[in-house]
Amino acid sequence: MKILVAVKRVIDYNVQVRVKEDNTGVVTENVKMSTNPPDDNAIEEAVKIKESGKATEVVAVSVGEEKAQETVRKALAVGADRGILIKADGILEPLAVSKLLQKIVEKEKPDLVFMGKQAIDDDCNQTGQMLSSLLNWPQATFASKIEIKDKKLEVTREIDEGLETIEINIPAIVTCDLRLNEPRYASLPNIMKAKKKPIEQINASDLGVDTSPRIEQIKVEEPPKRKAGIKVKSVAELVQKLKNEAKVI
Amino acid sequence: MSVLLVAEHNNKELKPFTLNAVTAASQMDTDLHAVIIGNNCGDAAKKLSELPLVKKVIQVEAAHYENFVAENFAPVIVKLAENYSHVVCSANTFGKNLMPRIAASLDTSQVSDIVKVISADTFLRPIYAGNAFATVKSKDPKKCITIRPTSFDPCESSGGSAPIEKAEPSEEFNNTKFVKREEIKSDRPELGTARVVVSGGRGMQSGDNFKLITSVADKLNAAIGASRAAVDAGYISNDHQVGQTGKVVVPDLYIAIGISGAIQHLAGMKESKVIVAINKDGEAPIFSVADYGLEADLFEAVPQFIEELNKLNTIQK
Repeated sequence: MKILVAVKRVIDYNVQVRVKEDNTGVVTENVKMSTNPPDDNAIEEAVKIKESGKATEVVAVSVGEEKAQETVRKALAVGADRGILIKADGILEPLAVSKLLQKIVEKEKPDLVFMGKQAIDDDCNQTGQMLSSLLNWPQATFASKIEIKDKKLEVTREIDEGLETIEINIPAIVTCDLRLNEPRYASLPNIMKAKKKPIEQINASDLGVDTSPRIEQIKVEEPPKRKAGIKVKSVAELVQKLKNEAKVI
Repeated sequence: MSVLLVAEHNNKELKPFTLNAVTAASQMDTDLHAVIIGNNCGDAAKKLSELPLVKKVIQVEAAHYENFVAENFAPVIVKLAENYSHVVCSANTFGKNLMPRIAASLDTSQVSDIVKVISADTFLRPIYAGNAFATVKSKDPKKCITIRPTSFDPCESSGGSAPIEKAEPSEEFNNTKFVKREEIKSDRPELGTARVVVSGGRGMQSGDNFKLITSVADKLNAAIGASRAAVDAGYISNDHQVGQTGKVVVPDLYIAIGISGAIQHLAGMKESKVIVAINKDGEAPIFSVADYGLEADLFEAVPQFIEELNKLNTIQK
């Protein structure tokens, strides 16, 4: 079995994001970038499945600028066998990304495609579902547990009401929740080894997909600031303020 | 131009956020139709027809719609979408799972999780966990929009009498089978709509200590929330999680106890009207959004807080 894992390069989750003064976007210059956190869970799960003997190959793919190669390299350092970078500049909407991934799926013919359930930059939560729609494959979104049963997967999904379990036939798409597993850190020897693993580079324009944005970003603004609060000295003062000042209890 | 709203329901009743989604959809165009897909969902369809903003209800029924599998739902909606300019539903796990499947079939770039309708094609949406807000204009001829339910008021729920039309079901998608759903039942107000939310974080130190949160919630008739850290540590189940990838809540009063306030948690609660933080670390980021911060050991402060609330109740009686 072959597993394709899609990974995205995003602003690191610990960075306090700042809006550009000209309101055209957020500041990305000199900002720490990392793998989108739930994509780390996707790679981890694929590597674990390979280690258990149920998969033979894990391929990591990223779509983005040249530097997204670092994100692919990191996936190789934690156990992916080889990488693919689809080079494309500018804003890429999930629809465009899913069409590019569809091309890779057609070429690589994986049995499973894993990715994070949501990217923490645009917070769209679309790519996995769109890819499975384009391929007409089953989708298991927000997965917190995956069990492989022959040609099927039993997946536990995190839903608003609690948990849901579905069974899907392979080939399938799974989008991963942070609760799926505990991603490992790459060891130094593995980071060194990853440097020798191949990364194929493909230009998005060579895949015959129109990636031009369908959504015009008119402006990006700071969120409204909350007025500064106060520190209270005691529980009694807190209750008094909530009752008489805020009038919420 | 007209708008097709996808109703969320449990085959008997509408889910409360369907009303918020109707409000949002009606701001895109007043010619608003709603589709309800399910199995034996006549009662819910009737409730949908009673919403005054809904001009027509389309009801689609089949056994394979019983459990809301997106692979079964999407083809029906894609077919109906021929007659509409917009397809809309809530950005909760139901809509997040379903809408992109519809959008990709329609070759539309979806606009997710909007908090404001500026015009029929222009919307405001949070990005980067709410650390920025983008104004975006969809250029696609058909628009697929998910709305953040807590950013829109629920619509009027009675007085309407829209006609209910039946539509043909699509074929079953055989590669996905629903197995089970484990819903946690509670007598408390729902987290998404509660007036007061009391949340605990890693500072609670154990699931047992969450009893303190429960006691405060009992006093205030509140819903119980939690940070991802608390859920991951196994103190409480995932349906209580508030944050970027959990639930977004906008209560009148949000009480964060033992929560440090990671960016991802703040994304789920910082629009609350009044925020209280109780934490022993005076530098915790939660204090930067709190209207009232109490720097104290929660294991001393919370029992005192319960006691003070008891006194209030006594006085009120």
